Parts: sequence; C-alpha cells; structure tokens
Amino acid sequence: MTPLLFLGIAAAGGVGAAARLALDGLVRTRLGGAFPYGTTIINVSGSLLLGLVTGLALNHLLAPEWSLVLGIGLLGGYTTFSTASFETVRLAQAHRYLAALANGVGMLVASVVAAALGLWAGLALG
Amino acid sequence: MHPNWRSLGLVFLGGTLGTALREALGLLLPAGLAAGAPVPLTTVGINLLGALLLGLLLEALMRRGRDAGGRRDLRLLLGTGLLGGFTTYSALATDSALLLRDGAIGMALAYALGTVLLGGLATWLGIVVGAALHRRASARGENG
Repeated sequence: MTPLLFLGIAAAGGVGAAARLALDGLVRTRLGGAFPYGTTIINVSGSLLLGLVTGLALNHLLAPEWSLVLGIGLLGGYTTFSTASFETVRLAQAHRYLAALANGVGMLVASVVAAALGLWAGLALG
Repeated sequence: MHPNWRSLGLVFLGGTLGTALREALGLLLPAGLAAGAPVPLTTVGINLLGALLLGLLLEALMRRGRDAGGRRDLRLLLGTGLLGGFTTYSALATDSALLLRDGAIGMALAYALGTVLLGGLATWLGIVVGAALHRRASARGENG
C-alpha cells in the first residue's frame, strides 16, 4: 500500500467520524436523548453502504483503492462499535433491559440485514 | 472559532488517528494470527479493545466533573474521534452477512452475537476499572 493511499483511508475515516458527530447531534435534537437512536441510524446506514461497496468491489465495479478508502476509511470511521456498546451498558445499568436488548441485539440484526441488502444490490448490479 | 467547528475538528483528528491505527493493525496482523481463522479476528480484537478503553475513558471523565472545557475536548478527541474511528460496526455487519451468504450460519451467529456480548462485558470492565482508578486517585489526594 502506498503512503498516499494509507493517508487517504485515514483521512476518510476522520471525515466519517465527523459526519457521525454531526448526524448524532441532529438526531438528538429531533428525537431527544432518551434512547440512542443516532448510533442505531448511523450503524445501520453505514452497514448498508459497506455491503454495497463490498458487493460492487466483488463485482469489479469499484477500483480496489476506492473500496478501501470508502469501506475501511469513510464507513469504518462513520460506524462505531465502542459507542454502541457503551450506550447498551448504560441502558442496562439504568435497568432499562428492553432498551438495552434493542440497542444491543436489535441494532445487530438490523445492521446485518442492511449489509446483506447492500451486498445483494452491489452484486445484482453487475 | 465556532464551537461546532471546534468539535468537528477534534473528532476529525481523532477519527483519522483511530482509522490509521485500525488500518495499520489490519495490515500487520493478517499474515500471522488472523490467517486461516474462520472469523475476522483482527476486527474482533479491535472492537473489544476499543469498547474497554471507551468505557474506561468515559467513566473516568464523568467522575472528574461535568462535561465541559478540557474534559469535553478529551471526550470528543479520544472518545468520539479516536476510539469511535478505531472500532467499527459496518465491518462486523458486512463480514457477518458474507458468512451467512457462504452458508456458515453458526459461524455468523457466533461472530456477531459473540462480539456484541463480549463487547458489552469489555465496556463494563472498562467502566469498573475507570471508577476504581478514580477512587484510588481521590484517596491519594485526600491523604496527601
């Protein structure tokens, strides 16, 4: 991997993380902070897009460099596991077990289904 | 500077570093430990380590005082940015979907549910360690 590609992937991750902050803030002002909808929306949409990027790359419709910048960089930095996990534990600590289950397992199922849909779309386009 | 631009800048900086670390580990490790494994072990390790460290960081910051000034800057740079960008959810979901597509249903379930369950435990452990470190620091402060 060239140094320029490495830096491009890293900077794309920074852009993804900043987009996550902006979108989470927007969702928080619209829907309130009682349930962490922002992280769910971010992780499900990011999984759909990474599925699509992966499908397009498997189909040779996307150059390998672009699939790295968009997949590992932008979408890797946009989606987050640590915050999702932290919010789930906080919900459980507040004895909101159903909300914790929705944030833990619900987000996971929705994200895998979204990724599968994206993958299917990316593969079908070929 | 407008506070929103400052926050975005801090998260961009942290997210760039976190992504670079994740990428470097991905480049260095597959030749050794993760090669031939049925699930992406590097991603598992990154997500569990990041979850532990975020629990520790947020608990330690919260116990030091309200979320403002330098503490808020640290949360945005290291928490939302660095650890948020280091860990990833889209790779977890997409690799699970790829395992399902290959018919490895048990492996997909074990990988996805295992990561989320162990991630919760790692976060909780980080919170406990963060709280203990704070107690020790404040005990030292009172004695000295």
